[in-house]
Amino acid sequence: MDFDLNDEQKEIKQVAHELLASRSPFSKVREAATSAKYDPALWSELVELGWPGIAVASEHGGQGLGAVELSVLVEELGYACAATPYLSTATAAAVIESAGSPEQRSKWLPGLASGEHTAGMGSPELAADARDAAVIVLLDGDEASLLARAEADVEELVTIDPTRRFATVSGEGEGLGAGAADRVRTAIASELIGVCQRALDMTLEYVKDRKQFGVPVGSFQAVSHRCAQMLLVTESIRSAAYFAAWAADADPDRLPEAAALAAAAGADGGREVTASAIQAHGGIGFTWEADVHWLYKRAQLDTALLGGARRHRAALARLGGARVRSALGAAADR
Amino acid sequence: MDLTFTEPETAFRDELRAWLADNHPGEEPAGEDAEAYQWRRDFQRRLAEGGWAAVHWPVEYGGRGATLTQSAIFFEELARAKAPLPANVLGLLLAGPTIMAYGTEEQKDRFLAPIVTAEEIWCQGFSEPEAGSDLASLKTRAVKDGEDWVVTGQKVWTSGAQYSKWCMLVARSDTEAPKHKGLTYFLMDMEQEAVQVRPLRQITGEDEFNELFIEEARIPEQNVLGGVGNGWKVALTTLMNERAGLAFFLQVRLRQVLDEVFAEADGRGLLEDPVIADRLGDLHLKAEVLRLTAYRGLTAIERYGQPGPEGSLTKWMWSETNQQLTQFAADVLGTQALTAGDRWSYELLRARGNTIEGGTTEILKNIVAERVLGLPKAR
Repeated sequence: MDFDLNDEQKEIKQVAHELLASRSPFSKVREAATSAKYDPALWSELVELGWPGIAVASEHGGQGLGAVELSVLVEELGYACAATPYLSTATAAAVIESAGSPEQRSKWLPGLASGEHTAGMGSPELAADARDAAVIVLLDGDEASLLARAEADVEELVTIDPTRRFATVSGEGEGLGAGAADRVRTAIASELIGVCQRALDMTLEYVKDRKQFGVPVGSFQAVSHRCAQMLLVTESIRSAAYFAAWAADADPDRLPEAAALAAAAGADGGREVTASAIQAHGGIGFTWEADVHWLYKRAQLDTALLGGARRHRAALARLGGARVRSALGAAADR
Repeated sequence: MDLTFTEPETAFRDELRAWLADNHPGEEPAGEDAEAYQWRRDFQRRLAEGGWAAVHWPVEYGGRGATLTQSAIFFEELARAKAPLPANVLGLLLAGPTIMAYGTEEQKDRFLAPIVTAEEIWCQGFSEPEAGSDLASLKTRAVKDGEDWVVTGQKVWTSGAQYSKWCMLVARSDTEAPKHKGLTYFLMDMEQEAVQVRPLRQITGEDEFNELFIEEARIPEQNVLGGVGNGWKVALTTLMNERAGLAFFLQVRLRQVLDEVFAEADGRGLLEDPVIADRLGDLHLKAEVLRLTAYRGLTAIERYGQPGPEGSLTKWMWSETNQQLTQFAADVLGTQALTAGDRWSYELLRARGNTIEGGTTEILKNIVAERVLGLPKAR
């Protein structure tokens, strides 16, 4: 039993953290949101590091790493709230690698891994980064399909989160194999770990600094206990999402449950923690300048991409019920 | 990252499973608490004979020198087999490790072995009527008289005091010193007239814990643990162990109760009800997150020698989830769960203690805020 990132994964995380702190500070995020354009320089750097193909086999030009490494990277991009088509592209590539046919792999992976193409990802009602993509991973419930952009009808949808491009998508794709939808959800939940961690870090910095009644507001239990709750939720999402990322490659039988745990934890938790960050910032938190609202908006849209928490809790209830029934059946057989 | 057990861990688990299958104590006897206690004491003797009573202790003191993960497996398997916790759980998890950390060679020789065999039961004399969360303000006095300390005061919430031979007692040995500095940790013999045990009836109707009235009890100076005036530091060691030990047993117990609620809901055709399914899904999520987070905490300690941020969260997660679970069970079962003497009514009432015992949720949040998040001391 070893439930922690290994040294290499920690190093990837550290490199990503430092790179994004300098290349994608909130000033850049704001710029991208205002201009409704991704920063091409940031994308080139991610491509140069080989990160779009992090979970793509080397024969298709990828790094040959796995779902845990992908999770670690999207977590850090979530922490930066970076405006880049990384989440959709790298996740779509990972999904095609693990659940695509040999034809799909050789057709799409080299272009995605090299960063020449990007991918879109989502559902017909809400997909991220579909407009400029070469290919789109489309979820319909637990089914996932792969749709070439040329075959897709894409209509831009301007959402409350201008740090990411969204659209509605229609078109008939080709089916993807087992685990595709679960891997997509695992990656989105992993982004939410970073979103929450950033919201918590910004809040801690603020409440240690902001004084009222002559003392830092973080010394009031009403505020400090809120921060403790933010940590509890953030770590809950981390536990579930890391488990799902591990299961995706190491124990695929457990992936459906693990991904439902990650999605259910992330969908509600991301919104709770980022909303809490706004509240702890007081009036400042309600302003455009305070930047916490980018995290709140990202969490709202990530939750929508996950399809909300309720459907995943329903899936968990079905799994739990089935487990109890089979245990009862086994006991009756004895 | 590898969320499977290693080969030695699996071997440990399989050996334990086989042993538990052969040595299971059977159903807990109904009726008097004392009878159930004796049953747990007998079970610990059997554990000790098999070398399983103190798996996390070093071999030289009668343990198995198990790793933290193996120790977690031990508690998980005990719960999974529906076997009870050993009777001397406070001795095994609290007194023993504290004596190993601070005791003299003579103290280790004298006290450790009878803990393992349940020959001498231990209780914990920390809290007082006016010193709960603010433990360091405790008032029980210890005055030196020749080679003895003479202790007078009152303790409360002492589980198992009626069965105990020894008490981990923290008392004020210096009234002049600042409040954290004037404390001393004693190993007090409970078998003396000066120590009176009065049972405290709980909201469940049972009396699991007690009040202690101490009137000039005598404690020889060789029963000071960790030096005069060091009581706070020694007590913190005990409290740290309190938070670490039981998580895995409780985590599995919670899972079992949740599975029973699933079965009850299924039997009533309620799994199709979307509101019921939503709450069950949420409880399943919380139970799994608790298990996963507990394992992350274990890895952090094994790798870095100290718990990470997740280590402070599991008791808080468990206690709130168990309360939600038992309340939800009452919704599923209806009046049955509110019937006196019903097992579910007991679970419902007992769970109210979860967010209080072993550190209230409010204190746990303070600890997280100050020690993990680095926020200024709460007011």
